[in-house]
Amino acid sequence: MAAHVSAAVNEELNYLNWQKGIWSWLTSTDHKRICFLYLFTILLFFLAGGVAALLVRTELAFAGPTIITDPHTYNVLFTMHGVFMIFLFVVPGIPATLGNFLIPLMIGAKDVAFPRLNLFSYYVYVIGALIGAIAMFNPVDTGWTFYAPYSTTTGTSVSLMVLAAFVLGFSSILTGLNFIVTIHQLRAPGMTWMRLPVFIWASYATAVIQTVATPVVGMTLLLIIAERAFGAGIFDPSKGGDPVLMEHLFWFYSHPVVYIMVLPAFGVVGEIIPVFSRKPLFGYKMVVVSSMAIAAVGFIVWAHHMFVAGISDFSAKFFSIVTFLVAIPTAIKVFNWVSTMYKGSISFKTPMLYAMAFVFLFMVAGTTGIYLAMLGVDVYYHDTYFVVAHFHYTIQGGAVIGLIAALHFWFPKMTGKMYNETVSKFAFAALFIGFNLTFIPQFILGMDGMPRRYYDYPAQYQTLHTISTIGAYLNGFGYTFALVNLLWTALFGKVKAPRNPYNSHSLEWQTQSPPIHENFAEIPVVTEDPYSYGTPTGRGH
Amino acid sequence: MSAVAHPIVDHNVPAGEPPHIHHMDPVTAYGAAKLGMWLFLATEILLFAVMFCSFAIMRYYHLAEFHDASKHLNLWAGGFNTIVLLISSFTAAVAVTKAQKGDNAGVVKNFAISLFCGLIFLCVKGYEYSEKAHHGMFPFVWNSDFYHYKNFLGLYFCMSGLHALHVIIGMAILYWYGIRPATKGRFSGKYYTPVELGALYWHLVDLIWIYLFPLLYLVG
Repeated sequence: MAAHVSAAVNEELNYLNWQKGIWSWLTSTDHKRICFLYLFTILLFFLAGGVAALLVRTELAFAGPTIITDPHTYNVLFTMHGVFMIFLFVVPGIPATLGNFLIPLMIGAKDVAFPRLNLFSYYVYVIGALIGAIAMFNPVDTGWTFYAPYSTTTGTSVSLMVLAAFVLGFSSILTGLNFIVTIHQLRAPGMTWMRLPVFIWASYATAVIQTVATPVVGMTLLLIIAERAFGAGIFDPSKGGDPVLMEHLFWFYSHPVVYIMVLPAFGVVGEIIPVFSRKPLFGYKMVVVSSMAIAAVGFIVWAHHMFVAGISDFSAKFFSIVTFLVAIPTAIKVFNWVSTMYKGSISFKTPMLYAMAFVFLFMVAGTTGIYLAMLGVDVYYHDTYFVVAHFHYTIQGGAVIGLIAALHFWFPKMTGKMYNETVSKFAFAALFIGFNLTFIPQFILGMDGMPRRYYDYPAQYQTLHTISTIGAYLNGFGYTFALVNLLWTALFGKVKAPRNPYNSHSLEWQTQSPPIHENFAEIPVVTEDPYSYGTPTGRGH
Repeated sequence: MSAVAHPIVDHNVPAGEPPHIHHMDPVTAYGAAKLGMWLFLATEILLFAVMFCSFAIMRYYHLAEFHDASKHLNLWAGGFNTIVLLISSFTAAVAVTKAQKGDNAGVVKNFAISLFCGLIFLCVKGYEYSEKAHHGMFPFVWNSDFYHYKNFLGLYFCMSGLHALHVIIGMAILYWYGIRPATKGRFSGKYYTPVELGALYWHLVDLIWIYLFPLLYLVG
């Protein structure tokens, strides 16, 4: 006990150094250390998925075979890119890393509700990742969607890959469950629901989707295995099954999953913008309500992925109209962020640049989403590069930029060091320009009728494809530069971070940087909301 | 921030464990565990919901085949199993009351009956499966005479098989978190969370069968 009592007084002792050795990290039930376990693992798959994407883009740089000699390898590569990025990188992305690190700190708790379960879900994730790695010996060529009947008949190791996705889903469920219970039960005295930071609200909405949607896809994936193993006749039409049923069940999870990816990023941006605008978050209650509304409406829009799959006219109309509804809470959020910046005292630090890029990119993603929700337009755009570009604006421009923004914003708290602003702004510029250079041409390609997942194309698409490939390399360079900069600073950086470098009001900044093992020397008592910047009652300026 | 709401050092922490593992007071810990279990049960129901949904769709496509195929199931075996599981759920509920009264022997006795019922259920299920295998109505030994029953039987084996797996998991939970600590006298009126959560899980396993039985054996 003596060691922990002295931890409260000794500023040198923190969660990073109170126990030493690799084993103390791998077996740690401390939510802050588990954040790093996840972070390094998911970034490994970000790298693998990124390399697969660059290989795909290199192949597409010129018409005809470029570096890949057969279409099957091409199919394998885009499947690897999709599976790694979706199941192993973006879904655990912000929740498992920063959600883990921040939720207890932001609500004033010592840890999540079930610390052992938290470590267990990390190892479930690792097992899922290993199964996926074994599946790579006979790599899957179905695309990340595993559509039947191709997935039930192809000779590649689909069974292992969907088993991997099932196990990863189990990890995601346990993390979500842990967060819901934590937010319900462990808020510090005075931390009422309406005083919760918006990141907590976003994480809560995310956790609800994780818990409710994931079991559905899990079972669907097991049924694919049953279909392959003994021909259960559920999805394969040649055995009397219904492939559209499989698509329904798949998208019942896989549409809400894009909100699992992007809602935490909404939360991150909601934290960054008020701090660097020195103004209270505009319309806090509406931000909260819109997060929960997105989670709720997100559950009844799934079949907009299936407008050309042979669903009835009635259901197509229903899902089209409900999809338009998602635009309302999403637009409310954009208005809130912009109104927060309006007449604020804005400082363009790196996290703020990423947050503003997020708002811009997400507006493009949302607007093009409206195009795709329209029945007539979707019939034309379906399965073209327009969809690919829309999706990447949402997921990369939204979720991944959100993760990078969060890593920069909370970096001083996580590592106790300050990174170099100039270097990270340079990385941001490369990343932002590269991203748009990659995907703006893809919108145009899609409008011109270039179908997705094609190995080759006619010469008329040449120029745009080449520009897109150049953008992809610049984008990849930006990510590498930004992340290596952070890693280098964490390991060798000399500039120590103060307790609260941005003069933020939320709880995680009130404890030392990096925090002690138990987060707070004493459990804080909360007396005001976290965004009272520049108001008469608010602390600071 | 003047008042210390909770003491940061918990003196009930067992030696050798990081202090944050036991960072909740007993009342919060009980509430957290219970909420966590209910959420987990919700995910289990959603897992089965996919198969109930698939069953509805497949039955719509193959109504006559479903009707005929369901007649090949052993109604008496299924009915007997339903009664067995209902009894096991009753004793599981009794075990919770016993634990709340601090009667550890009562917990052991009632959970043991539940376990025994679970075992009977699995034996009867095994008998049904072996009968199906014998007649060529089983995965990997499909008889071409029954090929048109494939859709029904495929779902039957998926649903009842996953349920049987849950019975096994439930039995392990009842033993590991109920009987084993109870034999060491761990439960009292102040601490009975594992017994209650284990019984909750067992009730879910029972409840799913309550839906599976009429759907597979009676309605078809």
